Amino acid sequence: MATSTLPARGDRKVSSSILLKTIMAASGLFFIGYLLLHMYGNLMILSGREAFDEYAHHIRTFGEPMLPEKGLLWVLRIGLLAALVAHVWSGMALWRRARGARSVRYVKKRAGYGNFYAAAMRWGGLALLAFVAFHLMHFTWQTVTIGEAHASPAARVIDSFSHWWGVGIYALAMFFLGMHLLHGIWGAAMTLGLNTSLRRAEQIRLTSIVITTIIVVGFLIPPFAILFGLVD
Amino acid sequence: MKLALSIWRQDNPKVPGRMVRYDIDGVSEDSSFLEMLDLLNEQLTEKGEEPVAFDSDCREGICGTCGVVINGEAHGPERTTTCQLHMRSFKDGDEIVIEPWRADPFPVIKDLVVDRSAFDRIIAAGGFISANTGSAPDAHATPVPKEHADRAFMAAECIGCGACVAACPNGSGSLFMGAKITHLGELPQGQPERDARVAAMTHQHDAEGFGGCTNLGECTRACPKGIPLNVISQMNADLRHAGYGR
Repeated sequence: MATSTLPARGDRKVSSSILLKTIMAASGLFFIGYLLLHMYGNLMILSGREAFDEYAHHIRTFGEPMLPEKGLLWVLRIGLLAALVAHVWSGMALWRRARGARSVRYVKKRAGYGNFYAAAMRWGGLALLAFVAFHLMHFTWQTVTIGEAHASPAARVIDSFSHWWGVGIYALAMFFLGMHLLHGIWGAAMTLGLNTSLRRAEQIRLTSIVITTIIVVGFLIPPFAILFGLVD
Repeated sequence: MKLALSIWRQDNPKVPGRMVRYDIDGVSEDSSFLEMLDLLNEQLTEKGEEPVAFDSDCREGICGTCGVVINGEAHGPERTTTCQLHMRSFKDGDEIVIEPWRADPFPVIKDLVVDRSAFDRIIAAGGFISANTGSAPDAHATPVPKEHADRAFMAAECIGCGACVAACPNGSGSLFMGAKITHLGELPQGQPERDARVAAMTHQHDAEGFGGCTNLGECTRACPKGIPLNVISQMNADLRHAGYGR
């Protein structure tokens, strides 16, 4: 038994870090579900302008007359906002806790998966947050325009992605999203207690690669199709 | 072998430490890492300097007392304890940076020696089974399915050295805690206190100031006993089952 030479810490009231992680996992899975729906909607542009404008109109009238106009949209928006606040707040709390757990840093740090993703999830997550703000300004609030302002949603999308730098911004965001998802899906499965054996760990790794690929490729198809003139 | 060592020197927990360079010659390739430090300390003592303080006990890789971070890796480049690491893993003329486990719940006592009492307090919070004393029961009195016994043995290999905390970018003790929780949770004797155990141990872990797990896996890569990451997932599942201790 080691003799303690320092007073013990340990009576502090703290929220469970595993509970914080569970909040991150649950909100993260909600985002993934939303991303899949969003990606599916984006792919409508491949069927032409009318189909996309029809889709953009339909999500506003979805469920009528049981739901008011934009009813479903607002349910989703409130859900997403709540998930975003929970995800970012828990992430920040864990980040602060991790910094506090090692106030004297290593003189020599080894480059590897851990140190890379510890930074990539946090700084990359902040980059994604900035992108979400930009994305809302671009397509929802329309305070930022790439190309010209249009009344038709399809025209806005096609004009924006006819510019190479418009595609560049979104492609860069998808790179950060892919990185975040690749470790995030794995982490969510770990936190939810799904990794119970070495075989299961392999299955989770594979699942995270498949879902990440579907989302990233699915989101990148419309901008590149427009850039290369395949949509009109 | 001739080596250039950079070693963390710190007189006591209250003063800041610093890296000090020592050049050492005549190190045998067959000596262990700790024997190399012994040689350095002999030379320092002869010169009238303060020897480098480091922890060690069994020197056969089973007790979990030794452990330093070598060139940024807990227990150095091989997957073993520092005492079982040999100098043949290094090259003549190498520069070696030697640091203590760095985590605020493991304060440095002196040089490379850290106080790991935080682990003892996590164990004391719930890492045990309460059993009535008396004569030992017959070995076949409580049957245990083979796969449960195997997993319990695998988790029980944890020697509590703290390399997982040292290697974790978040300074988390989750692999250690997950190993103890899986070890007892796989056995029938561990069932009555299973929920209370995971709640008490994880609470103590957080109260000690360890960071949260972000599932990066640096702990399992550094673990001299190869404890797999799934013990952490098991702990998470158990804590959910325990209602997060509320």
